[in-house]
Amino acid sequence: MYTQAMDTAPKDEREAIASVEQAELQRRFDQRIDAGEFIEAKDWMPDHYRKTLVRQISQHAHSEIVGMLPEGNWITRAPSLKRKAILLAKVQDEGGHGLYLYAAAETLGTSRDQMIEALHAGKAKYSSIFNYPTLTWADMGTIGWLVDGAAIMNQVPICRCSYAPYARAMIRICREESFHQRQGFESLLTMMREGTDAQRAMVQDAVDRWWWPSIMMFGPPDDKSPNSAQSMRWGIKRISNDELRQKFVDATVEQAKVLGVTLPDPELKWNDARGHWDFGAIDWDEFWRVVSGDGPCNRERLAARVAAWEEGAWVREAALAYASKRSVRPSGPGQGPGIDQRSAAAGATGSTPAVREAESS
Amino acid sequence: MSHGSEWPLWEVFVRSKAGLDHKHCGSLHAADAAMAIQLARDVYTRRQEGTSVWVVRSDQITASDPGDKEMYFDPAADKVYRHPTFYVLPDAVDHM
Repeated sequence: MYTQAMDTAPKDEREAIASVEQAELQRRFDQRIDAGEFIEAKDWMPDHYRKTLVRQISQHAHSEIVGMLPEGNWITRAPSLKRKAILLAKVQDEGGHGLYLYAAAETLGTSRDQMIEALHAGKAKYSSIFNYPTLTWADMGTIGWLVDGAAIMNQVPICRCSYAPYARAMIRICREESFHQRQGFESLLTMMREGTDAQRAMVQDAVDRWWWPSIMMFGPPDDKSPNSAQSMRWGIKRISNDELRQKFVDATVEQAKVLGVTLPDPELKWNDARGHWDFGAIDWDEFWRVVSGDGPCNRERLAARVAAWEEGAWVREAALAYASKRSVRPSGPGQGPGIDQRSAAAGATGSTPAVREAESS
Repeated sequence: MSHGSEWPLWEVFVRSKAGLDHKHCGSLHAADAAMAIQLARDVYTRRQEGTSVWVVRSDQITASDPGDKEMYFDPAADKVYRHPTFYVLPDAVDHM
């Protein structure tokens, strides 16, 4: 749900092309990219392409998982059983999206533990939006409307990413994501149309706080985004940061009217010549401050992730110990599928699914 | 943190409804088969996407080598007579 275009890549990791054979592989790879073909996990790919993808997909996965925290904060305090069930389903989706994405990144040869280690050590980034606090119930609706809305705008083009496992994960995610934005808007609309003055003021306050961080989610402006061109060339990125941001602003202004809230930007004005809404300058100092670890909740978020990981260590170890103990015994009652399912599953392996190297090798 | 303690990787296949094939839909980490089935349900069938799930450990799958793709699959490209459209028939019987 929550990718953020952040060019945090080192300037140039490309290695000198080693041999004639390498050059030929590179030529064929470029040809396939130009022809709009998909690259699969086991296909040859340049090192820099692989590294760029690992970085982007793992950042995206981390964003999903860290993104569970600000909303998880409100599950126990949802105003009705209906809203609680919706919020639970949404947060569960985010966990699922994180898992699809970690699995896609693992096809590139990195391990789940390596990625999680990088996050916990502060080496890997996640979307800066989750370093803002969720102060009121209206923040839940506003996150759905604005934050998920921005995420969808960012993510739809990635469904056509040249790296197939990432594209497949994104298709699944985008299909599930639309509920997130709609439930948020509907929740706000209910408060605006049927609520009290205090509830309407609460919605406006939430929109005021989330608007600017939301439009920052599209990443730095194009002229400050030096690696974008390479990602475009490779078909990892399809539409530029500024173009996506404009699209989001144009769509959101109309939705705000329906909702009956104002967006906190006095410079927001329709530009007839451009056919777009003009908007005010974004505080990029704030963006970089939050990305680099100094937002309102960075330390709290990371501490929560590390604690969850460390406190769950004994469970992971116990499950593994239990599994290995069971596997040395002759199969006991209730263990594994019956004969029928077993032979059926064996048949499936002949159909050559997308397969990865086992992490144990 | 040791990397040897990661739960093994499993590939997940889901039958979306009775009468259709199981289809590969993704993968996950689980300590054993029973846990893999349970996690597969939570991760891949939250919206009635399936009526049956298979899981198989990823290291138990043998796949063809992408490097051999041309050698393996291309020789069939010139055998057009294996397709019904190769045979031109009069309109009266062309629905055959």
